[in-house]
Amino acid sequence: MSKIPFLRIGPPAIPAFFWAVPLVVVLLAVPFICEALGQPFYLRVASRILIFALAASSLNLVLGFGGMVSLGHAAFVGIGSYVVAVLAWHLSNEVPVLTWPIVIEGTTNAALAWPAAIGASALAAFVVGAISLRTTGLYFIMITLAFAQMIYYYAVSLQQYGGDDGMKMRGRSVLPGLDLANRTTFYYLVLVALLLCIAFLFCLARSRFGLVIRGIRQNETRMRALGIEPYPYQLTCFTISGAMAGFAGVLMANLDTFVSPSDLSMARSDELVAMILLGGVGSLWGPPLGAAFYILAQLGLGNLTTHWPLAFGPALIIVVLFARRGLVGIFGERQR
Amino acid sequence: MIAVLLEQALNGLQLGVTLFLLASGLTLVLGIMRLVNLAHGSLYMVGAYIAFTIQSASGSFSLGLLAAAAATALIGAVLERLLFERLYQRGYLEQVIVSFGAVMFLDELVRVLWGPLPLKAPMPEVFDWSVELLPGLLYPTYRLAIIAVGMVVSILLYLLVTHTRIGMMVRAGASDRSMISALGVNIRDLYTAVFAGGAALAAIAGTMAGPIYSVQIGMGESVLVQSLIAIVIGGIGSIRGAAIAAVLVGVSDTIGRVFLPPGIAQITVYVFMAAVLVCRPRGLFPAHV
Repeated sequence: MSKIPFLRIGPPAIPAFFWAVPLVVVLLAVPFICEALGQPFYLRVASRILIFALAASSLNLVLGFGGMVSLGHAAFVGIGSYVVAVLAWHLSNEVPVLTWPIVIEGTTNAALAWPAAIGASALAAFVVGAISLRTTGLYFIMITLAFAQMIYYYAVSLQQYGGDDGMKMRGRSVLPGLDLANRTTFYYLVLVALLLCIAFLFCLARSRFGLVIRGIRQNETRMRALGIEPYPYQLTCFTISGAMAGFAGVLMANLDTFVSPSDLSMARSDELVAMILLGGVGSLWGPPLGAAFYILAQLGLGNLTTHWPLAFGPALIIVVLFARRGLVGIFGERQR
Repeated sequence: MIAVLLEQALNGLQLGVTLFLLASGLTLVLGIMRLVNLAHGSLYMVGAYIAFTIQSASGSFSLGLLAAAAATALIGAVLERLLFERLYQRGYLEQVIVSFGAVMFLDELVRVLWGPLPLKAPMPEVFDWSVELLPGLLYPTYRLAIIAVGMVVSILLYLLVTHTRIGMMVRAGASDRSMISALGVNIRDLYTAVFAGGAALAAIAGTMAGPIYSVQIGMGESVLVQSLIAIVIGGIGSIRGAAIAAVLVGVSDTIGRVFLPPGIAQITVYVFMAAVLVCRPRGLFPAHV
């Protein structure tokens, strides 16, 4: 695992971009293609893929890049979704979110609700990270999983917000100047969000901070010997990743106009890890590729039979056992 | 008040021993083979379903229990040879996803074979009565029987691991796999046996839980997470730690649900885990593995 590089540092960064240009062109054309095929449903699938790509990329920041195997990332995605939905619920039911010590009203304004949601996810990631990062290895895996389950059960216990069944939102958030209810507009918003986040990850990986994080993954003892205390760097990395996951959650709630505890279940966390593993751990384009592959395969098998997990589970196992570097390995991001 | 407290403490103890039956197999697999197996909860579920079928067909609870333990042990051994054996040298990530794929497959297989609706396993007739523990407190003997079985199994397991030749080989395999195989021990079969044993214990736990909770798809998930918490609190790889922590988790979860408001109740166990880890990052009884 430690042999797989995150972004290679140094001049020849061409392979990452070699595939990026035609890919972005295709992605830009997706709404037109769906329109031409008369299949607006496909645009919804495409938006879903992009949002999962964002969620998986955020997990890849801690998992592939930082070497911290977190098994509870869906919780941070779900918190983002829930904050958006809960704020919208309070607006439509005309009940303030908080009356003491200050009055907070519900809102569907994206300019307020989205930062609040991302902030909540970042805060949750900070707290979970602060406790979990005191441990390493197996303990870290188990603790992130346990905290995610805690947040899951908490969401289930929220009877006011639908409990186990989740809740429907009346509509998408309102963003001044953009009509988010329009599916094409929403798709482009998601696409821009994903590309910006990938660009951010690209820069982060090459920054001093990125070097330190990579160094900690490769050899923690050596980083300590260099006078760098890993904990604050890892916690920062974990918090950034949580915030980005929260953003994915915001978009997910807006796409479906529905949230439920299954958005932050253990199975969802496992799915995100599976996407990364399918795509290629620690590579920039791996998680988005893995997300696309995962969702399309699920959809394709689901069309064939209702018992698709009987085929999908074993297929996942075979890919993981035999295609050791993921899809990116096939698409030519070469390993040094 | 005392009656309620005693009743809930016993319920907690019963949940605790159920968790221990899962946690003991899991902690050995985790601590000795370094394998993250999320499919352990599915073995618990599969065991409960097999027992349900045998019990309905034959009318005998103990036959169901034995059949479930044997069949699930076999399934465990096959899974180990087919999948997990290839993963000992690989990272945790691959182990997580392979076991996730196995969970998907087993859940769906159960749905195909037994249908999507929860089943209610019948209570064994011998224990279908209650005993008056305190004036006004009737307590089902079935739950007391679960506690007794759990205690006996945990003592036997402890003796097996710490005081027998097989237990010694398992522990030696944890320290140095290649050395123990150079000494002529078939470590491959030994690991398969440990895995199968863990699967059998999970099936016993699932079978005994059947008459109390319903037998349904996904029934293994919450107990899996709770037993993982017990393992983390107790110290990965430590049977003694798993036993004590499983009872602590079972009791605090049950008592919390009765006396704390909903929302807070669900998270007591996790707060407890966090508190333990802040003080002792390697659990209460760190094993030397």
